[in-house]
Amino acid sequence: MTPSTIEIVPTAEDGRIARLAAAAIVLSIAEAAIPLPLPGVKPGLANIVILIVLLRWGWRDAVWVALLRVFAGSLLLGQFFAPGFFLALAGSVTSLAVLGLAVHLPPRWFGPVTLSVLAAFAHIGGQLVLARVWLVPHDGVFYLVPVFALAATVFGLVNGLVAARLLRELPPLRESGAGASASTVSR
Amino acid sequence: MRRWLEWVALLRPGDALTLVLALGVCALSAAMLWRGGAPDKVVVRAGGQVFAEAGLSRAQVIEVPGPLGITRIEIEPGRARVASDPGPRQYCVRQGWLTRSGAVAICAPNEVSLTLAGGASDYDSLNY
Repeated sequence: MTPSTIEIVPTAEDGRIARLAAAAIVLSIAEAAIPLPLPGVKPGLANIVILIVLLRWGWRDAVWVALLRVFAGSLLLGQFFAPGFFLALAGSVTSLAVLGLAVHLPPRWFGPVTLSVLAAFAHIGGQLVLARVWLVPHDGVFYLVPVFALAATVFGLVNGLVAARLLRELPPLRESGAGASASTVSR
Repeated sequence: MRRWLEWVALLRPGDALTLVLALGVCALSAAMLWRGGAPDKVVVRAGGQVFAEAGLSRAQVIEVPGPLGITRIEIEPGRARVASDPGPRQYCVRQGWLTRSGAVAICAPNEVSLTLAGGASDYDSLNY
């Protein structure tokens, strides 16, 4: 057989991002099976993975994992290029932007819970703006803002606590030893 | 209890601040977006004519004469009701307190109606 002229050698980093994205995708698919009273109110379990990636490996990796999650997750759920996909993408991009800023908050005072709550609010914010501009061009979409805000607070808190717990129990990174998450944050 | 404390220990001081702010956003948005429909005035009609208009800020009782007798309308801050009516079926009395703008209680036999107005009413007319 003729060997392919293009050879892609995945680095260790590629493999890690793929593994973490797979975990996030599994969580979003498991979550799609949970019946929920309102469209748009979701626990956002995949964000636990995004938070861990952000705090352990930095913002660039978190962007990769989050976007892979949105694209692959919607492909698997049959939502690709459906309105739900664009809403998820808008929410993801907004929350990544907010996380990119919030990660510079002093880690002594602001932990994963703050990041998680801010990301959850950014998520609904991005989705609502897109929904208002594109899907429902009427201010009626904002009628549910209090419900979404409460859901973001509650799920943001829960996801943040889970992420904090997992970060504490994960083994320290090999490359830089103990305190790796702190050093990533302080970058 | 111990297990709860274990989770609370994961919170950092600023996280509590963030949570308080987040709950504040929830409360504020609910107060701002769900306030619509708060009425500020009462319109009482008798025999099709406006009999009285009154603010909804202070308590008072309005007595409206009709063909059957006197209908008593009671107003309290933010709400109003038909307290008593000589009509046979008492539908308007049993409606109880009206609180939303656009809400109407009609005592048809005595030709008296009570309407809350002002604020953003849910609808301003119905057409057939």
